[in-house]
Amino acid sequence: MNILYFLIGCSVFLALIFLFAFFWAMKNGQNDDTYTPAVRILFDDELPNENKK
Amino acid sequence: MDNLEIQGQAETLTQCFHCGNDCLEDQFHYDDRNFCCIGCQSVYTILSENQLCNYYVYNTNPGKTQDVKSTHYDYLDEPKIASSLLDYADENVSIITLYIPAIHCSSCLWLLEHLYKINGSIVNSRIDFLKKQVVITFKHKEFSLRELISMLAAIGYEPIISLQDVVKEQNKVSDSDIIKKIAVAGFCFGNVMLLSFPEYFGMAAFEHQFKTFFGWLNLVFATPVVFYSGRDYFISAWKNLRNKILNLDFPLALGIAVMFIRSIYEIGSGTGAGFVDTLCGLVFFLLIGKWVQQRTYHHLSFERDYRSYFPVAVTLISEGIEKPIPIEELKVGNRILIRNNEIIPADTILMKGDALIDFSFVTGESAPVQKVLGEIVYAGGRQINEAIELEVIKPVSQSYLTSLWNNEAFEGKKRKIDTFSDAVSRYFSVALLIIAFGSAAFWMFDDRVKAWQSFTAVLIIACPCALALSSPFTLSAVLSIFDKNKFYLKNTAVVEQMAKINTLVFDKTGTITSPEGFRISFEGNLSHEEQCMISSLARNSGHPLSRELVKWMKINEYFTVSSYQEIPGKGIEGRVNNKMIRIGSASFINIKSEKKDSGTIYIQIGDHYVGYFSFRQCWRPGLKELFTTLGSQLNMHLLSGDQDSEREFLLPAFPWADQMHFNQSPQDKLNYIYALQQKNNKVMMLGDGLNDAGALKQSDLGIAVTDNINNFSPGCDAILDGTGFEKLPNFIQQAKDAMKVIHISFGISTIYNTVGLFFAIQGLLSPLYAAILMPLSTVTIISFTSTATHLFARKNKLT
Repeated sequence: MNILYFLIGCSVFLALIFLFAFFWAMKNGQNDDTYTPAVRILFDDELPNENKK
Repeated sequence: MDNLEIQGQAETLTQCFHCGNDCLEDQFHYDDRNFCCIGCQSVYTILSENQLCNYYVYNTNPGKTQDVKSTHYDYLDEPKIASSLLDYADENVSIITLYIPAIHCSSCLWLLEHLYKINGSIVNSRIDFLKKQVVITFKHKEFSLRELISMLAAIGYEPIISLQDVVKEQNKVSDSDIIKKIAVAGFCFGNVMLLSFPEYFGMAAFEHQFKTFFGWLNLVFATPVVFYSGRDYFISAWKNLRNKILNLDFPLALGIAVMFIRSIYEIGSGTGAGFVDTLCGLVFFLLIGKWVQQRTYHHLSFERDYRSYFPVAVTLISEGIEKPIPIEELKVGNRILIRNNEIIPADTILMKGDALIDFSFVTGESAPVQKVLGEIVYAGGRQINEAIELEVIKPVSQSYLTSLWNNEAFEGKKRKIDTFSDAVSRYFSVALLIIAFGSAAFWMFDDRVKAWQSFTAVLIIACPCALALSSPFTLSAVLSIFDKNKFYLKNTAVVEQMAKINTLVFDKTGTITSPEGFRISFEGNLSHEEQCMISSLARNSGHPLSRELVKWMKINEYFTVSSYQEIPGKGIEGRVNNKMIRIGSASFINIKSEKKDSGTIYIQIGDHYVGYFSFRQCWRPGLKELFTTLGSQLNMHLLSGDQDSEREFLLPAFPWADQMHFNQSPQDKLNYIYALQQKNNKVMMLGDGLNDAGALKQSDLGIAVTDNINNFSPGCDAILDGTGFEKLPNFIQQAKDAMKVIHISFGISTIYNTVGLFFAIQGLLSPLYAAILMPLSTVTIISFTSTATHLFARKNKLT
């Protein structure tokens, strides 16, 4: 059962990685604007009818 | 005389391709498309030349009507002014964040992020849609800031550049700190729960070696929760204790501290598992409640003052040379140039030119005021005639207008709203301490261990978590319900304040009047030809009443007008179809006036006086019902900066004649509110302009009514969109109902606490009970408050 010590250590380590990933995302400003990217992704690069006009 | 209804031309009007408004004048065509005005057409021209017509693909009519503006951006060439606006500048590129209220749809987003197609010197532009901001990186050597702003204005996205930089002030506010604390608390809470389960489910004998290990690991997780996430509760409790205030943070901090200490003791001595999971859960839920309460509106500012109304620069004339300078550098004796549509930033004397000044924002009086040479012109007016020259007699910070803000009455009077939970927590804390010490004293002589156990257990179980959460969750639910109905509150405390209101004060112009303009009627007889003649003449004038008249008459036939003349403050005249037509005030026409107010214009065709148009302000829809409903519950008052010509029209709707006051200066309004408050009234003030700013600030609850929430609104506690005005009684009722919900949920959480106390006093509280009771009460409160609030919202027709 001593393997439990190791497993718990692993799980806490993994969880810490996610916590710091979240901090990094916060610091990077990924949560500053939660609306605009959702709209931006819907734009086509060039709409087909544009150049025909 | 009979009332004549002038019919508009019965034809279907085409819609403007750019903004979707009706094309009243059939003369703006380009690329087989119709436009309502030259402004819209020119925006389209720029976009089509740069292959940016995708703008029109994502949404139909995405543009906004282009008012004819003649804004001068010369001041942006001054390095000192420009550098104060830029976020960053190096040798090659500059970065600026601009606030553009016109941003409203995905087309705006697309266009503003493709600015580089219009000018290659723009490196990058990025929008934050909700904040209505755009961050632009550009090469300032090739493309100056002035050119950038002019280009944005040309395509219909004029940024607001004012003395009070709302953009930068808002970016300072950030909730990232509390989110980090929640993340840490949540992380620890999850892990601690996992590690506590074995203990609760019971462990076999051979597993007992893990018990101490889990216990110590739990303590490791609890440490950051107490000292990082929960830090604010200790700080706040300590500060309040020093000021001799008992608020809810005191029992919370006490509970956290006791739980932590007892857990260390139990785990250290091997006598128990401690309360670590309850502790982490408590802090986690409390922080979520705090975060919910802190929610802010990014696109609104409640702290605006006169500085955000004023421009950043003004044109100075020194030795015959015009030079833009920042407003702060304006000195007494300076001579300044104010062009059409510019705002006068300081108290001045008129030196040159025809001044026709719109003071509606300052006084509430809608008609423009004529000023003669040598007369004092107060700050805040907008020149609506040709350019004028003025001499500054007082610095900007000491003008009559700004003195309203810097009124001594506001100094040191930071309104502290006494919330319900503050009031309750005073008694709560005292009762808690009495029970804790009482039970400790009771066991003291029999069993020392039990005394310590029951003392700590009382403090743990009575930790008012549910109590602390009921206000934030109820009030933030109310906030989001109001938000859907276009009523934006500054913070949650405003809801409580609103429930206590017993007196309502309305401003007139802009608040209870509709933005639709005027209700126009004509007394007299006019043939269709005469109507066309009047319309043809009036459309030459830029006076607001002339414009309203043309818009209202809806006539598409025009005659040529010769020898047109406009006499400011009097009227207009011109020769149409060989007849001299004169439109204007009674003295202009040379007749004895039948009415005195400024809302009447008289018409003379040839030598004959034919009748007059009267302009009545339109009331907001449902105003009468609104007054009736509110009047049955609250004291109603009405203050207006206008003359009392509207009194008789208001009386049927607003029967409290002695509580209706006209000709009120901004200071009068403030004093009136103060007098009401002295009689122990809780006053809610609804106003719109700068003229109400002092009164809004003085009142217990100031609401700015606006028809475009992005427009200027003075500092206030709440912003109400004009379309939500009818629902005012429902809002007030909802606020009162919300207080009911809070009271009930306080009751529920007290029941939970009592049950817990029953075990705690006997020294029987096991960590498991606490671990069940705490989340259970929290979940009950959160679900009860949000369900009840939404049910009340449905009852109040606010969904």
